[in-house]
Amino acid sequence: MKQLSALFIGLLFGLGLVVSGMVNPGKVLGFLDIFGDWDASLAFVMGGAVVVTFIGFRWIGRAGKPWFDGRYKFPSLTQIDSRLIIGAMLFGIGWGLVGLCPGPALAAFLVEPWALLVFLAGLAGGMVLPRLLGAQN
Amino acid sequence: MHDYLLALLGGAMIGFAAVLLMAAHGNIMGVSGIVNRLLPPIAVDWQWRALFVLGTVLSPVVAMLISGQFPEITITKNPAVLLIGGLIVGVGTVTGNGCTSGHGVCGLSRHSTRSLVATIVFMLSAIATVYVVRHL
Repeated sequence: MKQLSALFIGLLFGLGLVVSGMVNPGKVLGFLDIFGDWDASLAFVMGGAVVVTFIGFRWIGRAGKPWFDGRYKFPSLTQIDSRLIIGAMLFGIGWGLVGLCPGPALAAFLVEPWALLVFLAGLAGGMVLPRLLGAQN
Repeated sequence: MHDYLLALLGGAMIGFAAVLLMAAHGNIMGVSGIVNRLLPPIAVDWQWRALFVLGTVLSPVVAMLISGQFPEITITKNPAVLLIGGLIVGVGTVTGNGCTSGHGVCGLSRHSTRSLVATIVFMLSAIATVYVVRHL
């Protein structure tokens, strides 16, 4: 049940990306192009998602346990440091260059497999690279 | 349906998925973190992450079965841009501990100042990048 629910939740997430248009890099770039022919629609994706998640997380609370696990793993980091800023800045550059963030990159894979294979190879490399370099320090 | 309504509906579905993942597994739905922990060194509890990813990958097929059409996707065909873009998104999300779903959706919903700062920074940096590419 636990594993099956993860499959269903991933599917629901992906369908949300498809329905909202967030899966389409062309549309995402139109949203980010506020100085051009701005397509504001994707602001409603973030709006709808945050409202539902905000209410849902309140409903869950911190007491009790998840259905299939021992505890809620809410992040404990609060520090605003240069790592956070530099990381977010880099992520934004990559996002603005192609129009893809990690979720849509997965959801778009079967529609444009060759382009997404190249992007995902870069993504995986970029995630592993800091660990390899960090190992030398 | 109007674009704005579809965006709102899709956004609500994304939010519902984030709530379910917390209620069922106790985990934050941050896609960059989920993908990152499927790469070496692979996390011990990789199974649910692999199935989450599989569900997301299969979503256009399910959308096709329901609506009769594959989602419309326009994307650059330039392999150098795709590879470099992916690489920067990868380095950036592991360095900054999150992306649009983790910081943007889940973090903002938890009133995390850290996530708010990250979201403002990556939005501004993405807008600036598009401006440079398209208008300079």
